[in-house]
Amino acid sequence: MCLATPAKVLEVRGEEAVVDFGGLKKNVNIQLVEVKPNEWVLVHAGFAIQKISEERALETLAIYEEMAKLQKEMKKRKTSD
Amino acid sequence: MVSDTIGSSKKEILKEFRDPALTQKLLKKIEEEVSSLKKDVKIMEVCGTHTRVISAYGFRSLLPEKIELLSGPGCPTCVTPQRHINMCIALAEEGLEVATFGDMLRVPGAEESLEDVRARGGKIKVVESPLEALGCDVFFAIGFDTTAPNTAVAVKKGLTILNCHKRFVPAMVALLNMGDLEIDGFLNPGHVSTIIGTEPYKVLDVPQVIAGFEPVDVLAAILHLIKMIKKNEKGVVNRYTRLVRYKGNLRAKKVLDDVFDVGDSLWRGLGTIPGSGFKLKKEFEEQDAELIYSDVLKKVDDRELNPACKCSEVLRGIRRPEECPLFEKVCTPSNPQGPCMVSMEGACGIAYEFREIK
Repeated sequence: MCLATPAKVLEVRGEEAVVDFGGLKKNVNIQLVEVKPNEWVLVHAGFAIQKISEERALETLAIYEEMAKLQKEMKKRKTSD
Repeated sequence: MVSDTIGSSKKEILKEFRDPALTQKLLKKIEEEVSSLKKDVKIMEVCGTHTRVISAYGFRSLLPEKIELLSGPGCPTCVTPQRHINMCIALAEEGLEVATFGDMLRVPGAEESLEDVRARGGKIKVVESPLEALGCDVFFAIGFDTTAPNTAVAVKKGLTILNCHKRFVPAMVALLNMGDLEIDGFLNPGHVSTIIGTEPYKVLDVPQVIAGFEPVDVLAAILHLIKMIKKNEKGVVNRYTRLVRYKGNLRAKKVLDDVFDVGDSLWRGLGTIPGSGFKLKKEFEEQDAELIYSDVLKKVDDRELNPACKCSEVLRGIRRPEECPLFEKVCTPSNPQGPCMVSMEGACGIAYEFREIK
């Protein structure tokens, strides 16, 4: 709910932008931040809520992936017990 | 190929933040700092993502015993009071089309959840954005300062809401005033701060650090907090400067001011907290589900599915999830008895997921 995911802006279309969540493309509302293509934004509940540096965006994505992996490993370990 | 570039740069970054040498160094520094502490310290995190990082990386067992890490009311789904969950279910049972974030679907009402109502043919639409709820009869508007601006944009476009949005800082003040436990410092919420900035935290008379979400970041923030606690330094330090600015997101704050006034709000576990609500302004009264459907809603009470559920105490930080008699025995993610086991950000669900390496 309070989770926010970084995404790269591909295209701006009025109130919305097409963004890329590492492969998954989606439309998000950009009324709360001014963005241009190739910039990175933090997306929460369908809205870009802040601009973000590319470095920080990649960092956050890496952590989410890492946590998802940890979670999967733990599930695997539990079911094989 | 955007994704390929992202993939290889991420690997590079992973190397850095998984760097065991850096983590060890930080842990050692924390240990040194803590050794001269005269008493145990209680640090509370109030953000679901911090809860996850702390559990996933086993920080509770890695940090010195003198540091107690508590989870607070940082999960919006979890702090939504039983009455509002029962209200939303009552509206769905009336045959209205209800839109909700997915996280709320499985939270138990007095007898059943929104998911149960949907299975019986109820009109429930799961949305990611409040804008997707436009056209539905009512949107179950939950979330903190982070989410309320999005709802505000949709309200301006005509959305009717069952309003449970909450301002986070007054809850931190309330926790300190409740006196259940002496909180020595807060790890402040990252995404709430993105919107509100750092200024509002000044009202809190305890050490606070706004931290990022890397494991190394969380440890560095804890180290910083220990130092502040030792020096008796009050106030807020922003270690998440690339995302959090002093004034926050001005556009988001403007749209909040257009749509909402400050009001009181009822929280699970914390009661009614003055000034913690987003009250719809008079001009949007006709979009307030509590007024429109008052006939249906006035019959709704606070009954819970399982009165033994300890979510209220977990949210106040006075009970760890594992200390709830229902945890793991009766209450599991597939058979949740309270919201803290349902939500991805709930302390109980997270404790359950990572229970082997706590």
